[in-house]
Amino acid sequence: MAEAAESPGDPAAASTRPLFAGLSDISISQDIPVEGEITIPMRSRIREFDSSTLNESVQSTIMRDLKAVGKKFMHVLYPRKSNTLLRDWDLWGPLILCVTLALMLQRGSADSENDGGPQFAEVFVIIWFGAVTITLNSKLLGGNISFFQSLCVLGYCILPLTVALLVCRLVLLAKPGPINFIIRLFVVIMMFVWSIVASTAFLADSQPPSRKALAVYPVFLFYFVISWMILTFTP
Amino acid sequence: MAAVDDLQFEEFGDVATSLAANPDATTISIEDPGETPKYQPGPPRGSGREEDDELLGNDDSDKTELLAGQKKSSPFWTFEYYQTFFDVDTYQVFDRIKGSLLPIPGKNFVRLYIRSNPDLYGPFWICATLVFAIAISGNLSNFLIHLGEKTYHYVPEFRKVSIAATIIYAYAWLVPLALWGFLLWRNSKVMNIVSYSFLEIVCVYGYSLFIYIPTAILWIIPQKAVRWILVMMALGISGSVLAMTFWPAVREDNRRIALATIVTIVLLHMLLSVGCLAYFFDAPEMDHLPTTAVIPNQTVAAAKSS
Repeated sequence: MAEAAESPGDPAAASTRPLFAGLSDISISQDIPVEGEITIPMRSRIREFDSSTLNESVQSTIMRDLKAVGKKFMHVLYPRKSNTLLRDWDLWGPLILCVTLALMLQRGSADSENDGGPQFAEVFVIIWFGAVTITLNSKLLGGNISFFQSLCVLGYCILPLTVALLVCRLVLLAKPGPINFIIRLFVVIMMFVWSIVASTAFLADSQPPSRKALAVYPVFLFYFVISWMILTFTP
Repeated sequence: MAAVDDLQFEEFGDVATSLAANPDATTISIEDPGETPKYQPGPPRGSGREEDDELLGNDDSDKTELLAGQKKSSPFWTFEYYQTFFDVDTYQVFDRIKGSLLPIPGKNFVRLYIRSNPDLYGPFWICATLVFAIAISGNLSNFLIHLGEKTYHYVPEFRKVSIAATIIYAYAWLVPLALWGFLLWRNSKVMNIVSYSFLEIVCVYGYSLFIYIPTAILWIIPQKAVRWILVMMALGISGSVLAMTFWPAVREDNRRIALATIVTIVLLHMLLSVGCLAYFFDAPEMDHLPTTAVIPNQTVAAAKSS
């Protein structure tokens, strides 16, 4: 060990002996497990070049992203313990769902200034501002989830409610009446519960157990307000 | 028999590992002696863990007092600075809500429940809930009042959400700000024993609004008498919490000013509740609606509009 320490500082000694002779003295003791991933720069560069999106056709790029979004939709519709939604987040799905919801909640007629329904911008702002507030809240409470992951989960979990709005619009084509309303109420409540279950399945584990309820309550309020907007929609 | 022996050996191994882990733990606690000593792990801890937790849950005065001394102060532009305002557990929030619902004479809400750990979680989400509770139940009650009218066309009145948000958040932030400034000014003139920080005042105001959430939901019932009884009950409870909290802060002052402060606090609280009831629940569009069929439900509102 003493040789190894002095050899780099002494060029005369190094010239007489073979290069890096001191290194052979360093032995790694047997009981320390040595493991890890060794990456060679050349190799990784080649791989990067292979998966570069520059050379592939536009169609396959779009299809890959669409497939990723579709896979996350399936995760929301069938919520189970999985990290796919958390690991690679994207905001395409939330954007699509939010715009769809806001467009469908829009009333068609021109004289709709006084009917008091939510306007496009109001729906849009409520969804994004609400999601950002809930995310900040869970971060402030000490949750170990990244900002955009949480935003992604909250956005994707609107999917059941978007489906509920679609069903409601179809039901509203029929003659209005109490039965009509009860069907809509049932659909909205079911989808509301679905949204809550899906989002808590993904988000609840990120909080310490003593604060789970504090993090879940704003999510409940968020989806409740969206459900209310959907239930009160009349064309 | 052999299996039992194995088990015993396993147990022994566990004890050994925990003993091996112990020196580490003790060095950590030596390094920063300010840490809470009750988290120091030790061999007898395994059996008394539940009791410890129960003790912590019931008697959090020690914990909060200990934490108050060593609360780290980060500069205000860091995220950690704001995390200190959300440093509450579920049971603490429930305790504070319970405290705001059950005023005990002579007990101070700030000293009893907040104890130098004011949080913004409760005030923020209680206000948010109250905004939607008032807007939605106001809308529902208007719908119930007009139910059965042929000419009535239901509208969601979504605009009222933003109005309610403006009113509630302005009340929950501006009134504490004014009160804090006033108390600061009075403190410079007369020495008071009790003085509150701005966050403590915001916290008290936020939690005192909780009673209005169930009240707003019960306001759906379109009966004038029921509504007024509810508003009186809510006002009595939360007004007394506010009065009892702020009375010690102004007690040493001039009698007249002290009384005026308390009366102003309660009056502003009353203004909020009565104003919300009048604006969101008694439908103002009754006036220009043609009253073709007067049904019993509508007579109350019709009598008011005339």
